[in-house]
Amino acid sequence: MKVEDLYQEIILDHYRAKHHSGLREPFDAEVQHVNPTCGDEVRLRVHLVGDTVADVSYEAMGCSISQASTSVMTDLVIGHDVAYDLDLYEEFLAMMQSRGQIEPNEERLEDGVAFAGVAQFPARVKCALIGWSAFRDAVIRAQSASS
Amino acid sequence: MSINGGPEYPATTDLSDVAVGNLALAEEPIAFDVDAIRADFPILERTVGGWPLIYLDSANSSQKPRVVVEAIEDHYLNHNANVARAMHMLGAEATEAFEAARAQLAKFIGANRSEEVVFTKNASEALNLCAYTLGASLRPGDEIVISVMEHHSNIVPWQLLAQRTGAVLRWFDVTDEGRLDLDKAAAEGLVNERTKIISVAHVSNVLGTVNPISEIAALGHAVGATVVVDASQAVPQLAVNMATLGADLVAFTGHKMVGPTGIGVLWGRYELLAGLPPFLGGGEMIEIVTMERSTYAPPPHRFEAGTPPIAQAVGLSAAAQYLTAIGMDQITAHERDITAYALEGLRSLPGLRLLGPAEPVDRGGAVSFTLTTPDGQPIHPHDVSHLLDSRGIAVRAGHHCARPLHERFGVQSSTRASFYLYTTRAEIDALVDGVDYTISFFGGLR
Repeated sequence: MKVEDLYQEIILDHYRAKHHSGLREPFDAEVQHVNPTCGDEVRLRVHLVGDTVADVSYEAMGCSISQASTSVMTDLVIGHDVAYDLDLYEEFLAMMQSRGQIEPNEERLEDGVAFAGVAQFPARVKCALIGWSAFRDAVIRAQSASS
Repeated sequence: MSINGGPEYPATTDLSDVAVGNLALAEEPIAFDVDAIRADFPILERTVGGWPLIYLDSANSSQKPRVVVEAIEDHYLNHNANVARAMHMLGAEATEAFEAARAQLAKFIGANRSEEVVFTKNASEALNLCAYTLGASLRPGDEIVISVMEHHSNIVPWQLLAQRTGAVLRWFDVTDEGRLDLDKAAAEGLVNERTKIISVAHVSNVLGTVNPISEIAALGHAVGATVVVDASQAVPQLAVNMATLGADLVAFTGHKMVGPTGIGVLWGRYELLAGLPPFLGGGEMIEIVTMERSTYAPPPHRFEAGTPPIAQAVGLSAAAQYLTAIGMDQITAHERDITAYALEGLRSLPGLRLLGPAEPVDRGGAVSFTLTTPDGQPIHPHDVSHLLDSRGIAVRAGHHCARPLHERFGVQSSTRASFYLYTTRAEIDALVDGVDYTISFFGGLR
């Protein structure tokens, strides 16, 4: 696989115009995740209404893969219920850890399938996961805060 | 010297006739021939994804010549035993090889005696050793001075020490060109009668800046401070001489100077080392142990608890002999030539911002930069290094363990190319082409 195939148009589009970027009120939990090896950072907030993820807002610095993946993630999780989103997280994680062996479900992962190629570059898997990990962490904290 | 049957070490103080292994040192420097040097490094022949490897990450870890690998192999296959405690022939051979390596390193850095060379596992451990042992005499309100251009390994140990003792951590700023801002330091009285320790890099791992150590040491000594130097980037590139440097303690690592991983060096003035308390406790560093208390070996063994990196010391000794045989002055000159050529090539690229001195004056062979596309979009170093890697070019991307320095320059991270004795001008051409391609790739797809 050529590296140019890694940087698909979908990824570069999200990188240049990140969806749902910026920190917003209200929110139930805020987390900060960093990748100490490269310095990528994301500060991410989750707002729940009942069991629904009403908003995900974030401020992030990092490479095109980490930025685009976070942007795609917000598109996929906002407006869905928590259980669905956590399942989606597991599905994305499995795809990223599969070294390209898992054929992603495009119905569910939509633009997220563009990151299947990233799974073949072990050094970049963390980049694609940082936003998703922050989201999962924030959701769990928001739930335990409300219970 | 042996106390009550304790470990016996060969006398290695006389450094006039040190030559171990089968690497007799050339009397006259041989002509510098980069192609011949490259032939000593088998890894440079490999390809990466079908491209010839272009290894521009030597400030991170250098490659190893065959003689270093063979010295380690020979030690393990023919002389392996523990040192200073095994009373048999192999134990004697291993001990002699280990202590001969110490003497070789002492000679390489111009130390007065081999007992001034302490083997550690890396430069970080050497700096932690300094912070821990010097810290024993610190009081609340004492000041420790470092600089904003330090590697994390010369920041965090001092932060920990300040937290432990109530001492105050202060630092030199840098100018926008990436030089230590000595004028600002003088104006704010950075080094003063409260200063007990100054610890700075000899050569910056990000900016390439060569710092005026003698001048800083004089500042420190004028107020009675101990001067520590992180020479991890200096010793591989420059003929660093402990007798003239002016520092009291100097740390560096083996794997950046064509030696193996797993070994670092702390050099210290003997009288200073002799007055420092132990760092780690264990075997090798003691004289007499009772259940109540222990007495400690003199330097350097006081600071070498446990089985030391024996084979690594043998490998590092071979590395020092290899560099000496080529000639450190010639290595410095080559580094300067390649760095000047790289600075010239990279500066020609629109959208490239250099961190650090733009001229090859008082400057080592690390060149860090950031990139933006023609329409002003920053290109993240991770993306830069990935694209370069796809063309066989290995550089480093990130904050290079110097996050505060990147913050000082208003950037999160950078891409760094670094050079060594085996780097060619053709490799620099490939780098410049690759960076140019990267800019157009991320710019052109808009």
